[in-house]
Amino acid sequence: MPQVSLTVNGKRHSVEVEGRTLLVELLREKIGLTGTHVGCDTSQCGACVVQIDDKSVKSCTVLALQVDGASITTIEGLAAADGTLHPMQEMFREHHALQCGFCTPGMVMNAIDLVKTNPDGLTEEQIRHGLEGNLCRCTGYHNIVKAIAAAWPLMHGKKVPAAAE
Amino acid sequence: MGFEGIGASVRRREDLRFLNGKGRYTDDLNRPGQLHAIVKRSDRPHARLVGIDAAAALAMDGVVAVYTGADLAADGVGGLPCGWQLHNKDGSPMAEPAHPVLAIGKVRHVGDPVALVVAGTRQQARDAAEALVISYADLPPVVGVRDAIVAGAASLHDEAPGNVCYDWQIGDKAGVDAAFAGAHRVVSLDLTNNRLVPNAMEPRAAIGDFDPFTGDHTLYTTSQNPHVIRLLMGAFVLHIPEHRLRVVAPDVGGGFGSKIYHYAEEALVTWAAGKLGRPVKWTSDRAEAFISDAHGRDHDSTAEMALDAQGNFLALRVRTLCNMGAYLSTFAPAVPTYLYATLLAGVYRTPLIHAEVKAVFTNTVPVDAYRGAGRPEASYLLERLVDVIARETGMDRVALRRRNFIPSDAYPYQTPVALQYDSGNHVMTLDAALAAADFDGFAARRAAAKAAGRLRGMGISTYLEACGIAPSAVVGSLGARAGLFEVANVRVNPTGSVTVFTGTHSHGQGHETTFAQLVADQLGVAFDQVDIVHGDTARIPFGMGTYGSRSLAVGGSAMVKAMDKIILKGSKIAAHLLEADVADIEFSQGQFRVKGTDRAKALAEVSLAAYVPHNYPLDELEPGLEETAFYDPKNFTFPGGCHVCEVELDPETGVVRVVNFVAVDDVGRVVNPMIVEGQVQGGVAQGIGQALLEAACYDAGGQLVSGSFMDYTMPRADCLPNITVGTESTMCTHNPLGAKGCGEVGAIGSPPAVVNAVIDALSDYGVRHMDMPLTPEKIWGIIQAGRPALAAE
Repeated sequence: MPQVSLTVNGKRHSVEVEGRTLLVELLREKIGLTGTHVGCDTSQCGACVVQIDDKSVKSCTVLALQVDGASITTIEGLAAADGTLHPMQEMFREHHALQCGFCTPGMVMNAIDLVKTNPDGLTEEQIRHGLEGNLCRCTGYHNIVKAIAAAWPLMHGKKVPAAAE
Repeated sequence: MGFEGIGASVRRREDLRFLNGKGRYTDDLNRPGQLHAIVKRSDRPHARLVGIDAAAALAMDGVVAVYTGADLAADGVGGLPCGWQLHNKDGSPMAEPAHPVLAIGKVRHVGDPVALVVAGTRQQARDAAEALVISYADLPPVVGVRDAIVAGAASLHDEAPGNVCYDWQIGDKAGVDAAFAGAHRVVSLDLTNNRLVPNAMEPRAAIGDFDPFTGDHTLYTTSQNPHVIRLLMGAFVLHIPEHRLRVVAPDVGGGFGSKIYHYAEEALVTWAAGKLGRPVKWTSDRAEAFISDAHGRDHDSTAEMALDAQGNFLALRVRTLCNMGAYLSTFAPAVPTYLYATLLAGVYRTPLIHAEVKAVFTNTVPVDAYRGAGRPEASYLLERLVDVIARETGMDRVALRRRNFIPSDAYPYQTPVALQYDSGNHVMTLDAALAAADFDGFAARRAAAKAAGRLRGMGISTYLEACGIAPSAVVGSLGARAGLFEVANVRVNPTGSVTVFTGTHSHGQGHETTFAQLVADQLGVAFDQVDIVHGDTARIPFGMGTYGSRSLAVGGSAMVKAMDKIILKGSKIAAHLLEADVADIEFSQGQFRVKGTDRAKALAEVSLAAYVPHNYPLDELEPGLEETAFYDPKNFTFPGGCHVCEVELDPETGVVRVVNFVAVDDVGRVVNPMIVEGQVQGGVAQGIGQALLEAACYDAGGQLVSGSFMDYTMPRADCLPNITVGTESTMCTHNPLGAKGCGEVGAIGSPPAVVNAVIDALSDYGVRHMDMPLTPEKIWGIIQAGRPALAAE
């Protein structure tokens, strides 16, 4: 079986995979990082979003062999070593942006990318549009939108509140 | 540390593990030596099962076993039981056909389990399932509810002639008929309630584990009620005594009803693990979930209201045809009857009601409770009918509702359809919602929209539901085969921390936070000293689980009862320690105090004395400080409220945008307002989904054509508005917390508000009613059809 070498949350791994093994299967089953979830089979729900070289990607839609040499961040790799939460995690908690928690890892990973790639500000409409690829069945998105808006100034070191109530 | 008791929006303790990827959902678990299973499912809606050739599959790499219905039958495995027996109008019991775990003789819906393939890896099992050769002889499919009862329709089950499961009624038929005969006016409406797929984000999963040394079975499963699964699977399907069967439901990623039921796969992995002596794991993929998780709703109804000249409701007559799907799911028969027809009074003092409900079998996925379960169907029917009455009589829709409301001083209120409501105030929630939604300013907003070429509409819904499920004797008399009490075990540990074992189950509701607040508040213990344990039959004495918005009203009440016992025993211990009379001991804020003095013992001192009983009334009291309570509710609880929806339509595309949504609900006592708000918002999102987006669509050939997230329109962030939530509470009068429940109100109150708003927006186009979901295609068609009429005016 072919071998893939990659860095996940700062740690190097070399793992044998089948040609058909998906990145999400590699993470969950071979490396044991089960924080990344699988909620569908059509690349629609976004529960499996991780960051590959700082870009958010649905890990159900990437073959493990495609990430040879890449650096992956999963939900387990966000908080600091002392447990301090990433501002996006903190705002999700503060604004009750999760209920069952199943969509949350993908939602948070995508939201971080959304905030990073919009340094000039984020309107509520942009946030809602930016979440198009992530399904949540519990929250109605209201508090997720609030949490992302609240994380924007924290992540950009600004005091100006972004849009949304 | 701020106030963390009842009424505080404490941030959830669950969140830290979920936000760090440390949740433990069933598919995250793996057992040593584990095998993987794939369920081979029917791709035919209705066919005779002629043969299964597993030779090629069994020869493939890693394949350990292929099991069929015959293997289960040979081992004495029973069918999946139904938990509720209804009776027909003539008193005879409903048809209750066999529900085999794996198909025997026939398949009855696309997705019906046909074989279980077990292999070393999931991929090997999947490859082998593809290699199974299954021969079918197709039979004509029965798809819609009306197709099921036409003469000459194919028959699904020999036990159910004419495909009828039951033909049931409630209410005073003669009285209703007489009222209609003498009515000033009758308004009627035909409507459907669209079939939905619950789609919790976590697909179902199950792991069976067997210990050959002890003979103990363990099932890890995505369940809302592990004790119920243990009871049903142990007693009826696999015949495993309860003390040899442990069911664990760890973190569960949403349920909405779909994870209440005992499913075939739970029995399959438990049985196969016993056969093979190795753990067996099954995880559903989403395509499989669409054709195997119980669906919701699917009613076809006619509603008629008899009115007097002033617009008073005199009598309501309802006839509903509802879909059970191919087999009876666990609670299916109760949903369109005791959770639906008993709610047809709604918030109105309609003195006479008669409802007939006919349930039929079709070649579709079984239908059971989905968030709201029967009550959304009742509120939708009533609130659409009331709007149609208002339009046709020329009465103001708000005034018509006010005129017919049950007045707040009429509580307790006996309805003509069995229920006795304990409390409510419909004017209060209506006024609050109208104010929050700026109802009075709507005309100006509509005019502004019109000037911009858009159509604005506003819809309201005033609703009531019954939850806090349920008084056991009452539901027993109505056909339930189980009690619906709840259990709490409260253990004060020696050093004063508290562990609570609850029979409810949290799968998004935040119980670990809410219940800890409740216990911290009542026992005067710090919030972080209270731990809540749920989801494991080996740790919790018993429980009926979480559904029907019951966890706080029933499970929380059980905790209060158990804490009362703790305080009673603690008072005796404190009296001994303080050398006082027990009658002089009072308990507050964690202190047992001799009344009128500063002599007191903290709960932690009392518990230490209970576990280290050196100075202890041993001749009078047992050591330890741990109490269990089984709480059986005295009645259902009756949350209600008013939802107001404002929409804007683009007449060029038919696209609806919900521009504002206000929900003001009476949920009784609120423990954590932040969590209640989140529950209502989530429910409203599902209600907006039902009204505008979602439908489980079968084609005439019996294939589910909306069978993936590419086809079934789940609400996404950009199709939903901000959802404003308010609570205006009256207290439940019969449980110790005054709690009513908040989990389902959003999904129950919102669909008619949305549809009423869209119909209102289209008021110039002569449309009386449209069936959900109100897709752009349907709306655009109405607008196109209405244009010539407008132009001619």
